[in-house]
Amino acid sequence: MVLKVFFPSCCSSAESGILIGRWISEQSSAVILAVVHFPFIPVQVKQYLGEVQRVSNVSVSVLGSWSNSKQEKEESLSEFLEDLGTIFSHEPWIQISKEGDSKFWSCSVLQKHSDTPKEEEIILVYYDQRKVLLSHLHPALDTVTSAEHKADSASKLSAIFDTVAKSKVLFMVDRYDEGPIKLTHWQSDGVEASIIVELLKQVSVPACVLLTFLLSLISGICRSRVLKSWPLSFLWSKLSTCEQLGHRLQHLQVISSNKKAQNHTQLMRKANIFVSLMIDVALGMLLVSWLYRKNRIGHLADTLIPAADHVAEELQNLLQWLMGAPAGLKMNRALDQVLGRFFLYHIHLWISYIHLMSPFIEMILWYVGLSACLGLTVALCILSDIIALLTFHIYCFYVYGARLYCLKIYGLSSLWRLFRGKKWNVLRQRVDSCSYDLDQLFIGTLLFTILLFLLPTTALYYLVFTLLRLLVVVVQGLIHLLVDLIDSLPLYSVILRLCRSYRLAAGVKFRVLEQQDGKPLRLLMQINPLSYGNVVQTYRLPTYSCYPKDSWASLCKKLFLGELIYPWKHKGEKQD
Amino acid sequence: EEQRYFSASGAPLWLRRRQHSASCRELAVRGPRLQLRSLSAATSAVWLAAYGLFVLCQNSMVLSAAIFITLIGLIIYLHFVKIDQESLLVISSLGIQVTSSYASGKESTTFTEMGQVKDVVISEAIHMQKVIYYLCILLRDPADPQGVSEVVPLFQSSKPRLDCLIEVYRSCQEILEQSKATPQSS
Repeated sequence: MVLKVFFPSCCSSAESGILIGRWISEQSSAVILAVVHFPFIPVQVKQYLGEVQRVSNVSVSVLGSWSNSKQEKEESLSEFLEDLGTIFSHEPWIQISKEGDSKFWSCSVLQKHSDTPKEEEIILVYYDQRKVLLSHLHPALDTVTSAEHKADSASKLSAIFDTVAKSKVLFMVDRYDEGPIKLTHWQSDGVEASIIVELLKQVSVPACVLLTFLLSLISGICRSRVLKSWPLSFLWSKLSTCEQLGHRLQHLQVISSNKKAQNHTQLMRKANIFVSLMIDVALGMLLVSWLYRKNRIGHLADTLIPAADHVAEELQNLLQWLMGAPAGLKMNRALDQVLGRFFLYHIHLWISYIHLMSPFIEMILWYVGLSACLGLTVALCILSDIIALLTFHIYCFYVYGARLYCLKIYGLSSLWRLFRGKKWNVLRQRVDSCSYDLDQLFIGTLLFTILLFLLPTTALYYLVFTLLRLLVVVVQGLIHLLVDLIDSLPLYSVILRLCRSYRLAAGVKFRVLEQQDGKPLRLLMQINPLSYGNVVQTYRLPTYSCYPKDSWASLCKKLFLGELIYPWKHKGEKQD
Repeated sequence: EEQRYFSASGAPLWLRRRQHSASCRELAVRGPRLQLRSLSAATSAVWLAAYGLFVLCQNSMVLSAAIFITLIGLIIYLHFVKIDQESLLVISSLGIQVTSSYASGKESTTFTEMGQVKDVVISEAIHMQKVIYYLCILLRDPADPQGVSEVVPLFQSSKPRLDCLIEVYRSCQEILEQSKATPQSS
């Protein structure tokens, strides 16, 4: 049976003493956490270990002895160390001794209660205690195991990581402290702490309280009855800016909550949200400072009205083209003129309204631009909303064209069934045969012919306006994808992976160190960090993301039938 | 000690076996290093094409773009594509570690614990227009004791031939037998 000893590399130069740690019998491995130096009283050591076990839930015990002799091996010391084995009865008793500055240590194991003395091979694995303490082991992403199997196949390495991570209380006492127990572990070279981090922790408590108070005020205002009345609530649900602001408000509530993060995932989520908000606001401020310098926003407002005019003019040209003979197709003159004039009048109304608002545009834009201070995502959402508002007439045309076309298609399909002598049975939801009267057949045929010959005209109008609408939808979709990207990117995790890669561990890797015959096998255990793709996938922030709700096939079917399409679906929206 | 073998496509390979202890073995397969002739051939081809374009359109940006592309392409090739050495470290009670070292010095390592390893076998596969042998690790399926949850192929970029694979297979099996003979739950 191979015995594995995990030895912290910080204790390599420690003075002689006894080894304390945890013995994992299923894996036959000993995880050494610290070295207790002479002089000590065995009773006090046992008491201290009992306390540590109670607080940290890790079964810490005395595992063996460690002798670091600067000169030749002292015989008396080795006997003394063997006697210690009888005081702290632990099975097996590990003895490690280092002579001078030699890299190759001798390891032996004493088994007192075994019947057959086996020659066991010992593997000495060095590990960096600080890095293993701070790192978090991620399970493999592609394993889909049920809960009970997860418990069975719990990785052996995670047992070692857990042991070190949970024994934090052991590392509080040091050999330089006054006390009965003198320990050496990773903090022995100096207790590590950062002044800045401690100051930030002190500042964060009142800051959180203040933020919570402000947020409760804002959410109280938002929930008031005035803002929830029907016209306003409909407006809020349609504007994506309000949704983004609500999302950010939720994030702020998560950060400013008083409860400390329970586990690693929550801590990372809080940190990611915080960094994402900071970067967002910083980029927003940058954008605002760029926009307001040299009065660029004034120029933007000045070009807005001419741009809307230009779009309207292009639409008028398009309608004139459709009213003539578009692409050489021959339209039904009367229907063509009716539809064309109707749409032209609509454009005329729209342009009048825009011109009515033109004196106020600059001021509105100036104040709305200021709200980009709240973040780059808010600015992008405002841009998307402005595009939606400016192209509202295209949306209206699309709805008119689609409804007309849809009506026509349903009429045609129903009358086609009449042609064949069948009828749609609403009760049974199927097509049944039916005998019609002569006058029903006569009128039906007439209507069918009319609808059929008017179909190309309507279809052409529908096609043109659907293409325009799809163009606007694609532009808006791209902006929303960008907003999503900024919202969900876990920047803190990526920076952590870049700077302190040992904190996010995918596993371990072993390196074989120099060997000497007769001495145990020496390995160095290092942390294998998670790859960047896995980091982003594991720590992605959830968003109210918009994703295409229809597959290509159903989208094409809807377009063919003339049903209204809303290709981007927001999570949490009610299905229509 | 290094032995010379051949890869599936005919390139020379070197297999080095080291026994660190009774239960730990390292097997490394090293491919040929980047040749100066292929590097200069590729660079000259790119630069000749760029010079030809420059003569056609008289825009000096083409030349600087060609230099840029050559440099970036070389860095990407050395850091992400060219694998110099693939090694297998088998430690009987801990697990199996597979390392690939790239020409730029980058090493990418994966460690599988012994509890998850079912067996190491030689299997056949259809690769492009050939049928080649490859060595793979079979991982245990936690739900099904007889089943295999995943097959991890080894030596994917050097693709040694059957004689080399048999040597590696024998060394691995000796160590794996040790770990199966002494079951962990005793």
